[in-house]
Amino acid sequence: MATVVLPRSLLTLFPGVERRHEIDGANVDEILSGLDAAAPGMRDRLVEEGPRLRRHINVFVDGQPADLTTLVADGATVHVIPAVSGGTD
Amino acid sequence: MPDVQLLIGTPKGAFILDSDPQRADWALRGPLCEGWPIHDLIVEPSSGAILAAGGSPWYGPAVWRSDDQGTTWSHSSEGLTYGDGEGTKPIATIWSLATGPDGTVYAGVEPAGLFRSADGGRTWSHVEGLTNHPTRSTWQPGAGGLILHTIVPHPSDPQRVWVGISAVGVFETRDGGATWEPRNKGVRADFVPGPPPETGQCVHKFAMAAGEPETLYQQNHCGQYRSTDGGATWTDLSKNGVPSQFGFPLVTHPRDPKTFWVIPLTEPDEGRFMPEASAAVWRTTDRGDTFTRGDRGLPQDDAYLSVLREAMARDTLDPVGITFGTKTGQLWHSSDEGGSWQLVTGNLPEIWAVEAVVRD
Repeated sequence: MATVVLPRSLLTLFPGVERRHEIDGANVDEILSGLDAAAPGMRDRLVEEGPRLRRHINVFVDGQPADLTTLVADGATVHVIPAVSGGTD
Repeated sequence: MPDVQLLIGTPKGAFILDSDPQRADWALRGPLCEGWPIHDLIVEPSSGAILAAGGSPWYGPAVWRSDDQGTTWSHSSEGLTYGDGEGTKPIATIWSLATGPDGTVYAGVEPAGLFRSADGGRTWSHVEGLTNHPTRSTWQPGAGGLILHTIVPHPSDPQRVWVGISAVGVFETRDGGATWEPRNKGVRADFVPGPPPETGQCVHKFAMAAGEPETLYQQNHCGQYRSTDGGATWTDLSKNGVPSQFGFPLVTHPRDPKTFWVIPLTEPDEGRFMPEASAAVWRTTDRGDTFTRGDRGLPQDDAYLSVLREAMARDTLDPVGITFGTKTGQLWHSSDEGGSWQLVTGNLPEIWAVEAVVRD
């Protein structure tokens, strides 16, 4: 079981969804798929074709940069954070 | 008494302006859709819902839907994908929306392709026939990218749809999307040598004449055009009095098939602003044989204004209201079919899209 922490700008897209979630999953891909149970459509907001993390979405597992294949240990903390590189002028 | 709404798409979200039928005073709401860049907005005729198309630089493409005139919104991109195959490019954003006579909602995306929804935009399926067109490997982007920006469904035949792709041209299907034919004969492509190709034309916008589904008017990178045979052949109108062949938006009159409006801009390598920095909207009432300049109320000096392809719209009142938005955030409205103009607001973000809605 991992603790997943979601960013404010993602939560505004899914009203009522909590910031922290306890989700079972062996890797980041499974964790993000698990988010869809709490918020249908959330995986599409974070993962693009490939599949791979969207270009300006960063995921950290226990503070370390991760991709979809990164393993998630029991008790780990997974942060989803929009990259500083996104946005429009 | 109907209410009139202007739906505005910008890189910083959608906005809505509300007015009464006099269209003299407007109340602004926004930014909506959580500040996502929004390229197009339409109203679903069967429900009155607002649909907004765009894409977040972080969270990807989605179609937003509001069933309460913009107060609350949902969003979905379920099925909006070319798949996970090797080399498949992700869909960056959605550029265009339209509804067909059977209630189908169409979405045009970047990189160019067409999707459709049978449930009001909640789930989507790929119109593979267009992506599989034999010319697909030759498609090249315009300055705005390889984008499907214009969708014109036939008003009564759900099997027929026209689309516009930059810089590829116009295509039509007559079998519900299974197969597509290029519709670019007679349209110049001055940026390539030799005679005009079958595809590769830089269509900027086209629209259907009221009550005449075979009559289409087109604003192209290389001129204004008319077709009276469903796009099979086009006649160049750019020698008929407009000050430039270049421009982006074109809107047709809701009842008179002979009338449409364009906003010519200086040539693409000469700044792309209103010629002589003097703002004007040009109207034809004879199918493009002649054009008349309309500039009353618009700035005539130092007006280095540019208007993008989706940023002009008309309502359905009588007289028709015309609205256009500029790249520098000014929104101009005419409630007398372009005869005179008033500034609605001058401080919006870059305006990408304008839609006008009359609600009974």
